[in-house]
Amino acid sequence: MAERSFKQEVEKLRLADGDEFRGEGILAVTKALLQAGVSYVGGYQGSPVSHLMDVLADAEDIMNELNVHFETSASEATAAAMLAASVNYPLRGAVTWKSTVGTNVASDALANVSSGGVTGGALVIIGEDYGEGSSIMQERSHAFAMKSQIWLLDPRPNLTSIVNAVETGFELSEASNTPVMLELRIRACHVYGRFTTKDNKRPEFTLQDAMENPNRDTSRIVLPPANYLHEHEKLKERWPAAIEFIKSRKLNEFLGAETGEIGIIVQGGLYNSLIRAMELLGLSDAFGDASIPIYVMNVTYPVVDTEILEFMKDKKAVLLVEEGHPNYIEQELNTILRQAGCETILNGKDLITDIGEYTSDVIKKGVEKFARANGLLGNSRFETAKFTPIDVPMRPAGFCTGCPERPMFTAIQLVEQDIGPFHVSADIGCHLFSILPPFNIGNTTMGYGLGWAGASAFNKNAQKRTLSIMGDGGFWHNGLTSGVGNAVFNQTDNVLMIVDNNYSAATGGQDLLSSKGEHEKRSTQHDIAEAVRGVGINWVKTVRTYDLVEMHRTLLDAMTTKVRGPKVIVAQGECQLNRQRRVKPKFKRDVKAGKRVERDRFYVDSDTCTGDHSCIRMSGCPSLTLKENPDPLKSDPVAYVDNSCVGCGHCGEVAHAAVLCPSFSKVSLVYNPNLWDRIKDTMRGAVIGWMQSRAERKRRNRLQKAGLL
Amino acid sequence: MTKQRISIAIAALGGQGGGVLSNWIVDLAEDNGYLAQYTAIAGVAQRTGATIYAIELFPENEITKNGKEPVLALMPVSGDVDICIASELMEAGRAVNRGIVTPDKTTLITSDHRVYAIEEKENLSDGRFKDNEVREAIQDAAKELIIFDMEELVLQSSSVISSVLFGALAGSGTLPFARDAFENTIKKSGRAVETNLAGFELGFDAATGKNPPDQVPCGETITVRDEDLLDRIESFPAEARAIITYGVHRLVDYQDADYAKLYLERLESLNGAPGDLLGEVARHLALWMGFEDVIRVADLKTRAERTEKIATEIRAADNQIWYSHDYFHPRFDEFTDILPNTLGNWMNESKIMKMLLSPLFSKGRIIRPKTISGFMLLRSIAGMRFMRQASRRYHMENKRIMAWLELIRKYKDGNLELAMEIALCPRIIKGYGETHARGINRFSRIMSFINIDENDPELSKKTAELRDAALADAKGTAFNTSLENYQAKDLISNDGKNREFKWAGSS
Repeated sequence: MAERSFKQEVEKLRLADGDEFRGEGILAVTKALLQAGVSYVGGYQGSPVSHLMDVLADAEDIMNELNVHFETSASEATAAAMLAASVNYPLRGAVTWKSTVGTNVASDALANVSSGGVTGGALVIIGEDYGEGSSIMQERSHAFAMKSQIWLLDPRPNLTSIVNAVETGFELSEASNTPVMLELRIRACHVYGRFTTKDNKRPEFTLQDAMENPNRDTSRIVLPPANYLHEHEKLKERWPAAIEFIKSRKLNEFLGAETGEIGIIVQGGLYNSLIRAMELLGLSDAFGDASIPIYVMNVTYPVVDTEILEFMKDKKAVLLVEEGHPNYIEQELNTILRQAGCETILNGKDLITDIGEYTSDVIKKGVEKFARANGLLGNSRFETAKFTPIDVPMRPAGFCTGCPERPMFTAIQLVEQDIGPFHVSADIGCHLFSILPPFNIGNTTMGYGLGWAGASAFNKNAQKRTLSIMGDGGFWHNGLTSGVGNAVFNQTDNVLMIVDNNYSAATGGQDLLSSKGEHEKRSTQHDIAEAVRGVGINWVKTVRTYDLVEMHRTLLDAMTTKVRGPKVIVAQGECQLNRQRRVKPKFKRDVKAGKRVERDRFYVDSDTCTGDHSCIRMSGCPSLTLKENPDPLKSDPVAYVDNSCVGCGHCGEVAHAAVLCPSFSKVSLVYNPNLWDRIKDTMRGAVIGWMQSRAERKRRNRLQKAGLL
Repeated sequence: MTKQRISIAIAALGGQGGGVLSNWIVDLAEDNGYLAQYTAIAGVAQRTGATIYAIELFPENEITKNGKEPVLALMPVSGDVDICIASELMEAGRAVNRGIVTPDKTTLITSDHRVYAIEEKENLSDGRFKDNEVREAIQDAAKELIIFDMEELVLQSSSVISSVLFGALAGSGTLPFARDAFENTIKKSGRAVETNLAGFELGFDAATGKNPPDQVPCGETITVRDEDLLDRIESFPAEARAIITYGVHRLVDYQDADYAKLYLERLESLNGAPGDLLGEVARHLALWMGFEDVIRVADLKTRAERTEKIATEIRAADNQIWYSHDYFHPRFDEFTDILPNTLGNWMNESKIMKMLLSPLFSKGRIIRPKTISGFMLLRSIAGMRFMRQASRRYHMENKRIMAWLELIRKYKDGNLELAMEIALCPRIIKGYGETHARGINRFSRIMSFINIDENDPELSKKTAELRDAALADAKGTAFNTSLENYQAKDLISNDGKNREFKWAGSS
């Protein structure tokens, strides 16, 4: 079950010729795939392309009707290898992942499929996670396009352009026997907009046709002598074919003024930001009627040199708006200009910053400089008012309310109190939030599933062991072999803790091999501990994360036991975000149906809380927050559990395990109490009430005697 | 050409429902003749981080007139945002920092409440950012500001903040749509319609100034009826009187009238001290004399008042049955603490007793004060109040208090600044268990430090800095660094040991 249900969105996939689709960019891509007669779709989830996968996972009926195969691939490498189906057969296939990280993983298969070339259209949809909100290293996918010769589409960020790019992407791929990457920036993936749909197309040549009538061409396989042939084909056949297709189909656009002394070249994906910047500078209207000619590169690789030279001709200067580093396009344009002896000045990163996302604000500054340098804009000023920045706190991402991963890191804190600090090799997933406050735990992260591999050098006899972390997502992605298998083979003495939370949680709660839920179409419930034992780990312990005492004990044992060899702790606790999605509606239904149910939540006694906030430093739960100290003698705010508490119990466990304070209570609220509940409550209320009022009377007497009442 | 486009930015926290609000605005616009585009960056920010949603609206008739689609932005652009909606005060401040709010253009609609960030929460004392400065700054930054506590209205209407914000947006009159168009959007969504409409109405009224939310009153007043007591309190400087009254009340409540008299005597012994010093001493002395032992905790946990407080805070329905499961983890020390001094000391030092009894204190316990047995257990512990002044803990704290007061008395005439800094030091001592031991440890080290060279002209400044450093981090890194800077090598220690350093007040 993914983070959201996409049943509603699935219906949009059925829209017919001339209908209007309204929705998110990445869902428009999904619809475009079906319109293009795709035969198979694979991929690995991750922001910002998770929804493409999620909606297809929910769209089984449509996929069956259209005879399309969809699968959630084990990794991006698996997904890229899936494109092999388009090598020998006229099958259109699409795969998707988060880039550049996913492209890194996929690059082996990508390089192979690009070398041999394809017969059917092969499209790689990459969610470019660059700039604000990104969770990965800031790199460009452009490099992969260049090194493996994969064409790179970067369409203008409106749904119509994006959808067209899918269709033409397949055609370009087929016309040039080359896989095509469709690059969508994070905001374009999530943009809500509209486009006019077409009917879905059932592929004419089917997967069954291919399986039943296999066709072999060994010259498509990367092995001498074919690999040398491929290099020749790439440059002498596929490249010219692609250039021809891009030109004849006018994939790149000449927009804005028809002529002018200066011009702007922009990556398609940045077009809207450029136009807004120009509008604010008075160089365009709201519809993109700019007073300067603009060449929009909807295809950023290969660069069509004749189009570039045509655009440059008769211009004094041209500004290139190219996001990211290195400035590959700028370098290539300079080569083109130099070789053609063209004198036009090319500005680019010299006028616009070379670091970070190209927001409209950033582009505006660059265009302003460029325009002024060329005598435009006159005396008008465009700066926004300057002011002193307001002092506001940072808001780093953190574990959700009730997250089962939090107790793991509390346990690490406790073990570090026992034996001193140790080296922690982190991985990719929500658990990487451990490096942020309040836990500040973790030394390095080397990639998805590579937590234990990241500690493999520390294979020496030492007074302390290292601890590695790995999520279940990373474990099944590659960690079972790259981490666990490696540790067994090389007989490490270190410890691995695997987060077993039932989902690929960080990417949106998709199912995986070890998910506990039943799944009609996929095989789940494969135990991580068993898998680990299967590759040869003998020391394996499974712990429920919320049991902090046990978690602490087990980790301490693993870090200090005399037993040598690799050790694995499987820390189990269902992802709370997904659990709440499951549990909350059921709870509401039960209450409504009159069933007796209990709901737990926590409470902090503000009278006994002393405002030291140890509980917060050891738990970090969003629902554990502050409020004004009700005690007029005290000034430090007290801890307070807000209404978002889900009653996971961790703060109580922390108070116990770390011997903090007696301020935590779990409160169980009873809904639809039965008769016995009522009798018990009445009896207890009567006895306690009597004792309470007696004690209260005494207290009041005391105050009265002292003259205080 | 006048601008047709309406640009809206929503600054929210992950999980606060900025997506729901965006969807409502999109639906509202589309149903009322506008093209709508919206974008957000989901990703990691979804997990409690700060997120910006960008919405642009464009009139459909303009599109028809021009025969082409407008080019809409995928992010808010400085100087081009008409409406900025923030779901929390600091997020409004952050939006201003990002340049999304400009005085020539932007109406800023924000909630006045705080959702504290982790760096504010994890502080050992009070790390909260200054609300007032943010309020003033956003007032200057926006063309118009609509600000009120929306969280309060959320609680009143049992709705979510999106509905209150949506109401405030409607009330602001910044969108060309009538109120019922907004309400229809909520109705059409079909989810929690009733509560969302209630939240919407409260938000609308507050934004139109019809019904501003009440300011929550704070602080209770205590009436002193006894003339003698009143005279005694009034003999102190005016600025200390309120605190002293609270202190007296606290100690009668905690122990008895005689104990409160002892408190007053101790304060009177600082005769002639200025009011601000007396006020701080009065505050910390009351808290210290009312040290929290298991007797006090048991007493507080069994009061009727507590039951009511919990019921309100957990939003239990009238007559709803609920039980609390209270987490206790008394240690061997806390047990010997309430024993008579000599016995307690003997037990505490006896290895055999420790070995025999320790298993009883090795793990936490859960007590249910709303069951008869749980209540009686706690009440009987609370009943040990009469033995308190004979207890081991009382003796220890008393010795510390006397020594601390002695230091203040010693410096109040010659070095008032230092006396003040010393008076403020008990702020470090907090809590129970490990937290308390850590506090005592650091406090004792500062007291020993003062003893090293009392003629140091920088001593009061150093004391203040050490106190701040002691509250800077739990591991004591900053504290040890400060001690190292002051060349107090003997006092540098790993707090893990948590022992009290030797000073005049240590037992």
